[in-house]
This record gives sequence, C-alpha cells and structure tokens, in this order.
Amino acid sequence: MNRGVLLLLQALVAVVFIGAWHVGSTVPIGGSYLLPKFFFSTPADVAHRVWTLFAEGTMKIVTCTETIDVTRLLNISEPCFGKTVWQHLSITLIEGLLAFAIGAGAGIVIGFWLARHPLLSAVFDPYIKMLNALPRVVLAPIFLLWLGLGIWSKVALGVTLVFFIVFFNVYQGVKEVSPAILANARMLGMNERQLFRNVYWPSALSWMFSSLHTSVGFAIIGAVVGEYLGAAAGLGYMIQQAEGTFDTTGVFAGMVILAVFVLIIDWCVTLVERRMLVWRPPSAAGQG
Amino acid sequence: MSDRLPASNVTLPAGATAVELRGVSVAFPIAGGKTYPAVAPVDLKVGAREFVGIVGPSGCGKSTLLNVAAGLLAPATGDALVFGTQLAGLNRHAGYLFQQDAIMPWKTARDNIAIALEVAGTSRAEALDRAQGWLRRVGLATFADRYPHQLSGGQRKRVGLAQVLIRDPKILLMDEPFGPLDAQTRQIMGNLLLDLWAGDRKAVLFVTHDLEEAIALSDRVIIMSAGPEARIIGDHAIDLGRPRDASEVRLLPRFHELHKAIWGQLRTEVMKAYGDEFA
Repeated sequence: MNRGVLLLLQALVAVVFIGAWHVGSTVPIGGSYLLPKFFFSTPADVAHRVWTLFAEGTMKIVTCTETIDVTRLLNISEPCFGKTVWQHLSITLIEGLLAFAIGAGAGIVIGFWLARHPLLSAVFDPYIKMLNALPRVVLAPIFLLWLGLGIWSKVALGVTLVFFIVFFNVYQGVKEVSPAILANARMLGMNERQLFRNVYWPSALSWMFSSLHTSVGFAIIGAVVGEYLGAAAGLGYMIQQAEGTFDTTGVFAGMVILAVFVLIIDWCVTLVERRMLVWRPPSAAGQG
Repeated sequence: MSDRLPASNVTLPAGATAVELRGVSVAFPIAGGKTYPAVAPVDLKVGAREFVGIVGPSGCGKSTLLNVAAGLLAPATGDALVFGTQLAGLNRHAGYLFQQDAIMPWKTARDNIAIALEVAGTSRAEALDRAQGWLRRVGLATFADRYPHQLSGGQRKRVGLAQVLIRDPKILLMDEPFGPLDAQTRQIMGNLLLDLWAGDRKAVLFVTHDLEEAIALSDRVIIMSAGPEARIIGDHAIDLGRPRDASEVRLLPRFHELHKAIWGQLRTEVMKAYGDEFA
C-alpha cells in the first residue's frame, strides 16, 4: 500500500478516537455526558496537562540551574531535577535499561549453558517452567522488602520478565541450529570455540532479536509496575500519585507520556534490529 | 602424482587409495529399542585421483556411506581407512558438500568462503583475498557481499563448493549436491565441478540419484541395492574421455550404451524400492 495513504489512515484512527472521546466528555447528550469528566477527563485537558508537565519541568530545571547545563541534566540525583517529569522519565528509562541488560545477559549465559548440557537442562526444566509460570506481580512486594524503594527493586522485577524471554529464545536458537550447517562447520574444521562464535552465537542472537520488541517492552513494564507498587519517582509513581487523588487527567497524561515513550524505544529497537539482522530475508526480519 | 593424467586414462590410478571401506555396515536405532540395518557390510575403494559416482534408489544408504567416509557417522562394523590410516573422528582430509544449504546464512558469500581458511589459522586479510579469488573461479565475483538469501539456489551451491575447495581437501565428498537445482543449472554446475576438478584431481565420492549425471561426471559408477541391508551390486568403469563436457557427453553413442547397461541393473533395484512402498 502507498505509504502516504497508510499514514493518512493511521492518523484517521487517532482523529476518530480522540474526536469520540472529546464529544463524549464535553457535549451533553440529553442532559448527561456519555463520558463524564470525572472518570474520563477530556482530550484537551490531558493534552494541556502533558504540556504543563513538560513546560513546568523544563522551567524548574532552567531557573534552578540558571543556564542549561546538559551534564547536570544527566545526573538523576540532581536536586533541580527532582519531581519533574524529566526525572520520572529518566528513572523509568534507567530501570528499564538495567532490567533489560541484566535479564538479557543472564538469559544468554544460562540459555547457552543449558542448551549445551542436556542433563542440566533436564534437571532444571521443571523449576524453570515453575518460575516462568509465576505471575511476576506477586514478586514485587518481596523485591521491595529485599531491595528497598529505590530503583533496584524495579530492576529486579523487570529482570524476572526479560530473563525468561531471552533465555527461551537463546536456548531454542542453540538447539535449532540446522544440522546441515553444524555438520558443514565441523567438516570445515571448526573447534568448539569457533563453532560457538560462527554458528551457535549468530543463531541464538537471531532468535533473541526476534523477541527484542517483546523483551524491551517487558523491561519497561517491569519498571512501571514496580514504581506503581512502591516508589518515590518514575512514570509508574507519577500515575499512581495522580490516581491517589482521583486526578483522572493526571492518570491519562501519565499514560500518554508512557505510550509515546514506549513508542520511541520500540523505534530505537527497530533500528538496532535492522542493523544486526541485515543477513535475514526481509519477510522474516520484518515485524517482531 | 605431479602431472595430470592423460585424458584417455580412466583406469584406477596406480597411486594411493584415498578412501577404503572394509566391511562397513551401518545400523540406526529405531523405536522399540530395535535397530534398522541400513547398510549391509560393504567394501569400497576410491583411488586418490578417481571420480566415483554412487547411484541407487532413494533411501538406500548412499548418503550414509558418505557420512561414514566423512567420519560424521561411526559404522556398526568394519573400518573406514583414509590414505591407509584408520579413520578416528572427523576425516580431516575430506571436504563435504551437503545436499541441503549448509553455508551460514549470517555471513556474506565472501565471508562464508573465507571462514574455511580462517578456522585453520589463516589471517583474515589473506583469507578474504583468497576467497575473492575463489568467488571469481565459481563465477560469483560480483556477488561477494550478498547474503545467502540474496542468492539463487545455484549460486548458493557455488558458494558451498568454493567453501569446500578453498581448503584444498584431498578427498571431496558430495551428497546429491545439485539435487535441488533445475536440470539446466545442474549441468552447468556439473561442468564447473569437472573444470575445477581437472586442475588437481582429487578423490571424489559423488552421491546422486541421477544416473545420467553420475555417468557424465564419473570415472566409475557404483550401484547400490535398495535398503534395508543395502549392498554394492554393480561397479562400472566409465570409459568416456576427459576432459569432458557434462552436457555434450550425453549425446555420445558410448554414453547411451553405458546408460543402457547400468540402467538395466539399477531399474530392478528402483522397482524393488517402489514395490515395497506400493505393496
């Protein structure tokens, strides 16, 4: 389909959705509103709130630091940064990135290890299935007790989500290397180390990358859910604070910021994926 | 063994035996703890400069014998000898061209060929340089940076062939290498193989289900019976001159005589294999 037409149709969906929301929440039909403001807020209020959050956050930093010093903005414990939307965003981003890095790292190492040792994998199989079946939310209070209200309890929650996705994909990637490619590599004289580098690793990586969108998304979900359940900063905390005061506009504004944030991250993942999986046929590398 | 054999010489070279299978049989475990006797004890000798084609009905264990010669599969009984030495583990003298695509999809054509040298300790720069030379020899000089999915089936086979030959193995094992290709591409690949092989005749074991292809390429054609307990039931010298053109040789009267004689024997086995299926 034509790219322009597609963009137009995509925009149309947003216009219809926001239009319906606007009409339902501001135009009284037969004396009552279809979408009462108290429960649904209005698109204009939400847009205004998002704008205010960013404008006030930026203003606070600017007036506090007098001149815009980028290096100070990178420091999340910078007092001028406190309680601004920028701080919430960067905290959630850092938690998500740490959760992804640690979860993916552990998933890769353990995935490889178990895939190459069938006995170990058979021994651990029921335990891995058991842990994976556990709803992660129930772990959040435990992590809060163990690791406190700071970022690490959120990172831990994200890790438990990311780890299993990466682990299963790496495990599968190592197991499902084509026997012909493996036999061929052996006949070319590759030793175990060379097989790892030239065959197992690229294969596992391609499986991991096919689930990259999911695992990065889960890293953010882990961070936000963790913040929601107990934190002093972050997007999840921001939404939870708004909810605590029946501030529907604040909740929706937080959701909009979160959605755009995730969209940007997903777009970055697509860029990385295109770069790493250049060898894959387009049909397989397309949507992850 | 320095200069080329005269074109008319199609008898066994007087030199070393490259591969010898002595009483090799193969059995595979199947459900219920039983074993399937795929190949009955087989004796086979392949001379150091000889091109041997192996033909037989599908599922007769041709590829299995090749895997034994490669050291990928241990025989149930008997010995595999490579240049007179008992084979233990992988056959380091052999290059293997598989039926399926076996080149690495995550490497470009050039990298796929170069890696065969790199794993043996050649520097990357030199390996890439020599790989480019091989890309030229298999007619893919302008496709060096393509990934396998961007190449046609025939082009991927050429990459595979270059990948195997760049290591200069003394023995070449080929398992229906051109099987998935169309008829025209197969003949072009056959000629490419003969050209490359004529330079320094290696011992070749070429498994195929296509009798014409086997006669067109080989010095000797071995016929295997239908499994289970497949045996070698025929061993035909192909007295067609060399150098040959793998397509034009098919028009010679002698080709038809040979084909008729060998097909007579092969047909019985093929019918047996099918007879089992339709019984």
